[in-house]
Amino acid sequence: MYFRSGESFLRIKKHPIIEFRDQKRIQFYYNNKKKVGYTGDSIGSALHALDIKHLTTSLVYDSARGFFCGIGKCSSCLMKVNGIPNVRTCIAPLKADIHVETQDKLADLPDAEFKNISKKKIDVDILVVGGGPAGMCASVEAARQGAKVLLVDENQHIGGQLIKQTHMFFGSKNERAGTRGIQIAKDLEEEIKDFEKNSKINLMLDSTLIGYYEGEKNRYRFGVVKRIDYDSKLYDVCCKSVILCCGAMEDMLLFPGNALPGVYGAGGVQTLMNVYGIKPGKNVVMVGAGNVGLIVSYQLLQAGVHVDRVIEAMPFIGGYHVHAAKLRRCGVPIFTSYSIKEVYGDGKVEGCVVVRLDKNWRPVKGSEEKISCDTVCLAVGLTPSIRILSQIDVRIKFIPEAGGYIALHDENMQTTVNGVYVAGDSSGIEEASTAMIEGKIAGVSSALHLGYNKEEGKKLRKQYVGDLKRLRLGPFGEKSRVAKEKISNVLEAKK
Amino acid sequence: MKNYEKTGILSTKDFILPTKKQLKKGVAILECVQKIPCNPCVDSCPVGAISMKDINSLPVVDFDKCIACGKCVGACPGLAIFVVKIKEDKGLVTLPYEFLPVPSVGEQVSVLDREGKNQGEGIVQKVIKNGKTIIVTVEVDKDLIMDVRNIRVKI
Ligand code: SF4
Ligand code: SF4
Repeated sequence: MYFRSGESFLRIKKHPIIEFRDQKRIQFYYNNKKKVGYTGDSIGSALHALDIKHLTTSLVYDSARGFFCGIGKCSSCLMKVNGIPNVRTCIAPLKADIHVETQDKLADLPDAEFKNISKKKIDVDILVVGGGPAGMCASVEAARQGAKVLLVDENQHIGGQLIKQTHMFFGSKNERAGTRGIQIAKDLEEEIKDFEKNSKINLMLDSTLIGYYEGEKNRYRFGVVKRIDYDSKLYDVCCKSVILCCGAMEDMLLFPGNALPGVYGAGGVQTLMNVYGIKPGKNVVMVGAGNVGLIVSYQLLQAGVHVDRVIEAMPFIGGYHVHAAKLRRCGVPIFTSYSIKEVYGDGKVEGCVVVRLDKNWRPVKGSEEKISCDTVCLAVGLTPSIRILSQIDVRIKFIPEAGGYIALHDENMQTTVNGVYVAGDSSGIEEASTAMIEGKIAGVSSALHLGYNKEEGKKLRKQYVGDLKRLRLGPFGEKSRVAKEKISNVLEAKK
Repeated sequence: MKNYEKTGILSTKDFILPTKKQLKKGVAILECVQKIPCNPCVDSCPVGAISMKDINSLPVVDFDKCIACGKCVGACPGLAIFVVKIKEDKGLVTLPYEFLPVPSVGEQVSVLDREGKNQGEGIVQKVIKNGKTIIVTVEVDKDLIMDVRNIRVKI
């Protein structure tokens, strides 16, 4: 077991599942004051460990805001770094001697001249966007079929949300059931590294896809910005096929105080704890008893954080019973038919008020209960990230069972545009195990589209499509089944 | 709606109970009552005592076949399997444990029920560290083997 150094009470010293390695101290400046963080930290996590949660100020109200999602999707952590405004500090790596400053609401953007800036051209068979479970599997599978792949991800680490999944996965042997998500991420990373050796996969981390542009015939063209020590490099990427695995973003709930630092998405808390080794606070109220809410509550306990309770607006627990049982036998109560009324505190969360709901989901007067806590976690659903997809002009449709607007796609994960594929949460919210199979299908499909390994590929794809269907057959797969059915109905009607 | 869907707590009516004779020999109790797509318990059993129609159906233990080896306890991603045994006037419960500190053999720990309520003290009989989920066997009052499902290590 490694013991992590660091004096902050918020840094996790020992953990039953994760081995945090001892890290080197890094000095940086926060509003001109010297501070210390550790290698591996993001700016946001380093500040958090110092108990600095007020990162930015609301554009509408004069109130403090802290980070919510922790994965660069919600923009409530924007700060000025080395003079550059609007840096997403939750994902920006901490580097020695940088100057981090709170910015005054809407920052003045510095003048920039892009006209003559040099850009590097990359020509590749397949571009995969997003290095989570779907994107990693898609890349490996496409490379295995013989295609050349460029895999782009905006984080410092590859793995997407897998790198914080410390629990064992369900499924069968094929989906590596019984293995923890963090281990699956490591194994997939190894496979990618092997393909990197013979240049089948080129991995670009710390890189953001900024837009889709018109390319030559049968080519897709994207702009990619790679960040190197707060300097940016621009890439002009042309590809014959693209697989978009952009993941999802956590949903917000509307209630007074929801923007106070200390209100997080459950996934944001999971990132903070399991990736950076930092506790969100001392006492947590979890909103939402789906699998995410239940799993993150259990992981909070493992990190040594007290979970006061889990509340759930539905009259029943939405997640798996086995996850709920794990929490209950640790003494954490779950209140169904309960909602959050407000969060209060002066500049940070000091407590919240929960309220019981009647049959018609209306708050019952007089049932309010005040709970003192420093953290409120929202696990109330996810919305697929589809921005780039909408630029490519694939057909988008609102499918509530899939989590919102998604790109219509067929069984082979191809969208309505030839050569453009989706996989994972951005094709409809589901589990990591299904995301991995979808990624494999998209990877094979994309390689097939380019003419690689026709006979074998088709057989393999058929097998994966079958695996996926089987996983969705049970009662918990109903939502996905309905979503996919609706999608294929719309596609049929179109034909 | 079943009560556990509201509370997250099973009652002994929610699963099949072994006979006294089977309890003396020791059996695995699978507290897995929903059809989730999952089957590692089936693969983990060395004597083929756990069966399942397909991946989305409920696992079933053949209490007579089960040799109470505890392999399935560590394989279940839902941490939903416990081995229970009656030994003379004492009961043994084998359970999965994923917290720190890890108890040692001979140590006295608090034993908790499905609601996390303290049900008294137990003595740790066996600790298996095979991966990060630790398998702990704790000796309790024999009347408590269907209730004790967690331990709290004293710091
Ligand atoms: S305790 Fe051993 S024999 Fe019994 S079901 Fe589990 S793995 Fe099989
Ligand atoms: S491994 Fe555990 S959760 Fe999975 S089916 Fe078996 S008993 Fe249920």
